[in-house]
Amino acid sequence: MDYDFSEDVAKIWPALLFIGGFVAVVGGLLFVLDILPRWGKGKERLHMFGFLGPALILLAIGLVYPLIRTVTLSFYNNTRGKFVGLDNYTWIVTNDDTLIMLRNTLFWVVCVPLLATAFGLIYAVLVDKARGEGIAKSLIFMPMAISLVGATIIWKFIYAFREADQEQIGLLNQILVWLGMEPQQFLTSSPSNTFYMIVMMIWIQAGFAMVILSAAIKAIPAEIVEAARLDGASPWQMFWRVTMPSIRPAVVVVTITITIATLKVFDIVRTSTNGNFKSSVLAFEMYNQAFRLSDDPNGEGRGAALAVVLFLLVVPVVVYQARQLRKRAEIR
Amino acid sequence: MSNISLEKGKDDNAPEAGPRYKSGEVPANTMAGRVRRKLTSRTASVVSIIIAILWTIPTFGLFVSSLRPENDIKTTGWWKFFTNPSLTLDNYNEVVFGTSATSGRLASYFVNSLTITVPAVVFSVTLAAMAAYALSWLNFRGRDWIFIGVFTLQIVPLQMALIPLLQILGDYTEWGGGFFAVWFAHTCFGLPLGVFLLHNFMSELPKDLFEAARVDGAGPAMTFRRIVLPLITPALASLTIFQFLWIWNDLLVALVFTSGPDTRPLTVRLAELAGTRGNDWQRLTSGAFVSMVIPIIVFLSLQRYFVRGLLAGGVKG
Repeated sequence: MDYDFSEDVAKIWPALLFIGGFVAVVGGLLFVLDILPRWGKGKERLHMFGFLGPALILLAIGLVYPLIRTVTLSFYNNTRGKFVGLDNYTWIVTNDDTLIMLRNTLFWVVCVPLLATAFGLIYAVLVDKARGEGIAKSLIFMPMAISLVGATIIWKFIYAFREADQEQIGLLNQILVWLGMEPQQFLTSSPSNTFYMIVMMIWIQAGFAMVILSAAIKAIPAEIVEAARLDGASPWQMFWRVTMPSIRPAVVVVTITITIATLKVFDIVRTSTNGNFKSSVLAFEMYNQAFRLSDDPNGEGRGAALAVVLFLLVVPVVVYQARQLRKRAEIR
Repeated sequence: MSNISLEKGKDDNAPEAGPRYKSGEVPANTMAGRVRRKLTSRTASVVSIIIAILWTIPTFGLFVSSLRPENDIKTTGWWKFFTNPSLTLDNYNEVVFGTSATSGRLASYFVNSLTITVPAVVFSVTLAAMAAYALSWLNFRGRDWIFIGVFTLQIVPLQMALIPLLQILGDYTEWGGGFFAVWFAHTCFGLPLGVFLLHNFMSELPKDLFEAARVDGAGPAMTFRRIVLPLITPALASLTIFQFLWIWNDLLVALVFTSGPDTRPLTVRLAELAGTRGNDWQRLTSGAFVSMVIPIIVFLSLQRYFVRGLLAGGVKG
C-alpha cells in the first residue's frame, strides 16, 4: 500500500485551528459573562447578547438576508443584471422543459408520501409485538441512515442494463429475462424513469414512516385494544376501527413530513440521470439553473424564481402540519 | 387456566410475526375465530417477510457485489455468487487507496467529509445550545418573538439561501483550508432546528433549579455550564447525531460551497463516479459502502438518539 496520507492529514490542521479558535472564543465569552453583573431585569441584556447574539448574527447572514435577496433576485435576470419583472416566473409556466419538470414534481409529491406511508404503516402493524420486531424494523429503517447518493447507487445497480445478448447484471432486468421479456433501460425513457426514481425515495422514506407509526401504535392504550378483543373484533376490524382512528394524527404528520422531503428531492435525480431524459424536478432544476448553467445570463434569476416557487409550495404544507401538531397537543 | 396454557402451546408453533397479543389474554372463544386468527397471523408474517426481503435485497446485492472480483461483477449477476463464490477485498483497496486518476481515491474524500462534518457539527450545536438557553431562561423583551422567528426559519428550504450565501462566502474561499464556506453554510442551516429542539428540552427543566443556582450565587453563564448542559445531554446527543448524519450525507450544500478534490466530500465524489464512470461497478459498489460505514455504525449503535433527532428534524433541508 503506497497511499500517501500526509496531504490528507494537512487538511485537518485548519479544521482543528478553527475548532480551537471557536472553543477559545466561546469559553472566553462565557468567562466574561460570568464576571458581569448577575441576574435581574435589565442586567440580563448583556447576557442575552452574549448567548443569543452569535446565533442571531449567523441566522441573519445565512438565512434571513439570503431569503430576502433571493426573492428580489427572482425579479432580475442575474445577480448583476436588470429588472425583468415576472419574466422568470412566466418562463417557469410556459417553457416546455419546465412544464415537464413541474409534472414530474407532481408525480413525486403524489406517489412518494402515499406509498411510503402505506408501506410503513402496513409493516408497522404487521411486525408489532412479533418476535424479532427490533431486527425487522432495523432492516426497513436502515436506508434512512445512508446518504441519498449511496441509496441511488444501490438502486442504479438494481436497474443496471446489458444488451439482450449478454448476461444481465441488474436484478430487475434479469427478472424480466427470466420471465421471457426484453431487458430495458429503466432510467432513460420518460416518463417511466421518474417512477423508477420514485421507487428509490419510497424505499428510503418507508422506514421513517414505519418508525413513527410504530411508536404511535404502541401508544394506543392497552384497555382499548383489550376491550375490542373481548368484543371479538377480527384483526381486520381491529385495524380499521381501533388502530387507524387512534394513530390518524401520526399518519397525517408522517405524510406531510415526507411530502416536504419529496418536494426538496435533489440527490436522487442528480445521481440517477443528472436531470437528463426529461427527469428533472423542482429542487434539481433550481440548482441546475443557478449553478450549473452559470454562463446562461438568466440562470441565477430563474434559479431564484424556482427557489421561491419551492418555498411557496412548502409553506402551506408546513402551516397545515403546525396546526395538526397543535391540535394533537391540545388533545393531550 | 388450562385453556390459556394450551393456547400458548399452540402459539409457540405458529409463525411468530404478525399481530399477536400478550399471552394470558382471553383468546377468541370460537373454533372458527381461532382458525381465522391463525390464518391471518400466517398471512401477516408472510407479507411482512416479503416486505423485509424486498427492502433488504438491493443493499444486500450491492454488498455481495462489492466483494466480488471486478470481472465477475461486470459479466455475471451477483446472485451467481452463491453457485460460484469468490471473494476479494481488491475493490475496496483500489477505490480507497488507489492513486491512479480513474480510481476513487476515497481515502482523501473520506478525510474531507470528516473535516467538513466535525467542525460544522461543533459550531452549530454549541451556538444552538447557547441561543436556546437565552430563549428559554433569560428574561428580555421580545424573547418570544425572536423564538417564533427562529422557529419559522426552519421551514425555509435551503435552496432559498444558496445563491446569495455563495456570493457572500465567495470572498472567503481560502479560509480554513477551503472549508470555511461549507462550515459556515452548514452551521447556519443547522441552527433553526437545533435551537428549536434544545429549547423544547431546556424549557421543561424545573424552575427551582435556576432559583437554587441563583441563591447560591451562580450567574447565568455558570448556570448554563454547570446545570443546564449536563441535564440536556440526551438532547445534545440527539441533535449531534442528527446533524452529523445530515451533514455527512449531504450533497447539495457540498456541491455549492466546496470545489475541487481538496474539499469535496465523499457524497460528491460518489455522485461523480456514478455519473462519469457509471459502469465501473467494482468502484461504485465498494465506494458506496465506504460512504455508508460511518452512518451505519452510528445508526446501529445510537439508533435511539437518531430516531429522536429525526422525529424533531423531519422538515430540515
